[in-house]
Amino acid sequence: MSDAMQAETISIAGHRGEEIEAYLARPLGEGTHPGVVVIHHMPGYDRATKEIARTFAVYGYAALCPNLFHRYAPGAKSADAAAAARAAGGVPDEQCYGDVSGAISHLRGLSDANGKVGVIGYCSGGRQTYLVACTLNVDAAVDCYGGGVVVSADQLTPERPVAPIDLTPKLGCPLLGLFGAQDANPSPEHVARMEAELTANGKNFEFHSYEGAGHAFFSVDRPSYNLEAAKDGWQRIWAFFGTHLAS
Amino acid sequence: MCTYLTSTEPVAGSALGRDGWFTLGQSVVYFDHPQEAAAEHALCIDFRPLDASDASRRVAVELDAASARALAAQILATLDHEEVRALTQA
Repeated sequence: MSDAMQAETISIAGHRGEEIEAYLARPLGEGTHPGVVVIHHMPGYDRATKEIARTFAVYGYAALCPNLFHRYAPGAKSADAAAAARAAGGVPDEQCYGDVSGAISHLRGLSDANGKVGVIGYCSGGRQTYLVACTLNVDAAVDCYGGGVVVSADQLTPERPVAPIDLTPKLGCPLLGLFGAQDANPSPEHVARMEAELTANGKNFEFHSYEGAGHAFFSVDRPSYNLEAAKDGWQRIWAFFGTHLAS
Repeated sequence: MCTYLTSTEPVAGSALGRDGWFTLGQSVVYFDHPQEAAAEHALCIDFRPLDASDASRRVAVELDAASARALAAQILATLDHEEVRALTQA
């Protein structure tokens, strides 16, 4: 089996057809490959997120990470783009849908696509993954410690006008949730509320909460990295996507 | 967790950035995941120019919460000093 891959920044059509940059890592082995949209965390479209995309390629997935901050600072370094997006009030959910939708279309259009596309997001990207899974046509979704899924009405803003948990009846694909039991948002209470809502709506989901882990336990370049949670979490991801994104 | 908490204020002054001094237009303050500081969260401040067309033209700091509080107190103590009050009261 070939371990060759191609990884590079490309341009895709995002929200309203606007060109945004995205990082594509794809295996070069023979046969068809599922696609995975990787939604970056709040610190942005950074080196660590690109490394995650390459990891998916190692495991046989074409991974595409759209730079959700691109239009705030085209061509800028990821930290500067993240700061510019923050100063502008953050990424509106509607714009995120458009950019992720563009990434899904790009993956489905690859010559070696198997037609299945999953989505995974970390931190703020976990919340966006929940929204995407309830709104767009994807085959499987992984929410990694997305805070802000369970929010009260007074936390809604023009950019984030809907509580993601209220969209649960519209969830259209299997959902894997990976959380740290020591996280404050999503807290264990938030996760329990999500589980209750998903169960009440008869959804196909699988949640794992890791004792001793907090937020961002997959981040190898941050003090929050938790080896045991990250190792088990990756195994859950391979099993989950392996089941739901296979040809 | 991502706090999403962000406050922006217009500011007047100058900042020394990578390519020299620039005229300030805005400060952005938030407490969230830092880019560089070895902490899960930090009090982050971005000093941005009046002309924000170049995203790299900024001065950024990421402080732990205790340092940020000490800095805020230090600034206020300086501004509240008798000699400074005399200079800043129009």
